[in-house]
Amino acid sequence: MDRLLEVNQLTKRYAQGNVLARIVITAVDNISFDIKPAEIFTLAGESGCGKTTTARMVLGFEEATSGTILHNGKPHTRKEKVWITEGVQAIFQDPFSTFNPLRTVDSYFHETVQNYRLARRKEEAIALIDQKLRLVGLTYQEFAGKYPNEFSGGQLQRISIARALVTDPRLIIADEPVSMVDASLRMSIVNLFKKLRDELGVSILYITHDLATAYYVSDRIAIMFRGNIVEMGPVEQVLMNPRHPYSRLLRDSIPQADPRLRWRDTVTLAELEQEEYLRKGCKFAGRCPKVMEICKRDVPADIVIDDVLVKCHLYNESGGGS
Amino acid sequence: MTAMKQTILRTDQLQAFYVLDMQGAQKIVKAVNNVEMRIYENEIYGIAGESGCGKTTLLKTLFNDIVPPLRLVGGKIYYRIGSEEVDVTTLSPEEKRKLRMEYISYIPQGSMSVFNPVLKLKETYEDFVRSHVSGQSREAIFELAYKQILTLGLPRNILEVYPHQLSGGMRQRVTIALASLLQPRIMIGDEPTTALDVVVQRGVIQMLKDIQQNLQNTIILVTHDMGVHANIADRIGIMYAGKIVEEGTTGQIFSRPQHPYTRFLIDSLPRFGDKNMRSSVPGSPPSLADLPTGCPFHPRCPHAQDICTRQMPDFSHIDENHKVACWFVGEGHHGQVA
Repeated sequence: MDRLLEVNQLTKRYAQGNVLARIVITAVDNISFDIKPAEIFTLAGESGCGKTTTARMVLGFEEATSGTILHNGKPHTRKEKVWITEGVQAIFQDPFSTFNPLRTVDSYFHETVQNYRLARRKEEAIALIDQKLRLVGLTYQEFAGKYPNEFSGGQLQRISIARALVTDPRLIIADEPVSMVDASLRMSIVNLFKKLRDELGVSILYITHDLATAYYVSDRIAIMFRGNIVEMGPVEQVLMNPRHPYSRLLRDSIPQADPRLRWRDTVTLAELEQEEYLRKGCKFAGRCPKVMEICKRDVPADIVIDDVLVKCHLYNESGGGS
Repeated sequence: MTAMKQTILRTDQLQAFYVLDMQGAQKIVKAVNNVEMRIYENEIYGIAGESGCGKTTLLKTLFNDIVPPLRLVGGKIYYRIGSEEVDVTTLSPEEKRKLRMEYISYIPQGSMSVFNPVLKLKETYEDFVRSHVSGQSREAIFELAYKQILTLGLPRNILEVYPHQLSGGMRQRVTIALASLLQPRIMIGDEPTTALDVVVQRGVIQMLKDIQQNLQNTIILVTHDMGVHANIADRIGIMYAGKIVEEGTTGQIFSRPQHPYTRFLIDSLPRFGDKNMRSSVPGSPPSLADLPTGCPFHPRCPHAQDICTRQMPDFSHIDENHKVACWFVGEGHHGQVA
């Protein structure tokens, strides 16, 4: 089994507005990707690019308009959610809203243990929980009986990772797990992902807008723009040598923590977001520095060049750029 | 270079605490604790630190917006207005109001709540100008507003829309435009780029730089993102537990960080082209209501020695424009501990 998760031609459309003025927004537009065992795969892009919608469909929170999601080769629909959650767990953006402030944090762990019938007696449950907490650098003693406000954001995020690990998942879906955590504490979260991959063979779908941590932690990356995957491949190639003009813009817009690397040129910002979604042809054509006539007319095909998939008219089947 | 510059804002042993009454017991949160800073004319000064270190409170204090439960416990804040240095903590509410937006303005973190959602932006603009500049006609106000909007490269019809019709990035740019409309000498920004997407963030940083260049004024910018500081700041102050623990030019801070905390902050950042293992700052920030004795960083510091647990080091010069509060670096008996 070399594919833990396989997403094929997944599409999600939302209708916006009322009966009289209806617009259909394609939030996710015919995307395909797969995740291998023990791999960290990143979906990166700006807000409104469809990365969270994709995650919600993979988790079964939302039904796809079309396309399939195969988990271990088996299709899943929303009705079969139970088996999904055992092998796939999720971590969300805001650790403070993950936990109810009026409930002790350990109660969530005991609940998960009960729901999946992972232990018969309380001592067994505690031993199991303690084992998972130690993976994230905490112990049962220091956390039992405490409320969420007694932990810092970074600690709570590590606790929610430990909670996800209780069912021994093969895949963890992490939706912007570090964006609410201080930059100085982010590394403790992403280093944990590396450890889970290397020591437990867990795969991670890492959804983020932070390309610097994505570069640091992931094996492969897909850059999304307005519902499309515009570039996908090994992280080293995609981020160090971006081929799609949008990937390049995104990479170059990350402020580097080095005053010698200040930006010298200026950027053009998007018109209305909606206009870009509804655009014919390439959705980036309105802002692309290398725009051609064909870009405004036809949607570019997915071209594969040295393991990297690029969706851009600048490249053709023979593999070369023009 | 900076020695030649005029100081525009100066604090002296500034202490601002939140005094909370918790069922009879008093709880004191030492959010700004003995801060001494000098900010010059025509510079962008960045303040960096983890969340909960007192950055936002320091900004409020510098903006002279001290309302209970926040109290000015000690120290003074001086603005240089014209050629005179004024202690602004003693001003009357009316005098304080007059300084706002005309002399010193505030850019909030981008959010929906900055503008009144039921008013078109032009009405907000009008209210804003009228409350600060008397005797202006409606036409004169809009002429001023449109001129600025075009200079900043914003769409001309922007004043005709309601706030919810704008994207987050556009709203933030309008917020900044409004804060700079009356050409204030000092602009204070609290994480003005934080909630934005990276490409939009880059556009907003560009705009802040342009405004500063045009007005030749001072911007004080708080953000936890060291990448933003590297791109925009001339000088940086590193804040920890209510104190500035290191201050220097952007070049000095990034190339020769001296305080162990600053070094952790910079080394923990991932960089493109470098996959070497990086680690976070160990431990977590202390509670401002229950500070450790001595240097507040000592429980997290790998170099901590006996003296660090007992006594707070002075904020001393180690180089021109470069100051550090650490027992291991600096002048006199400081350096001798190492």
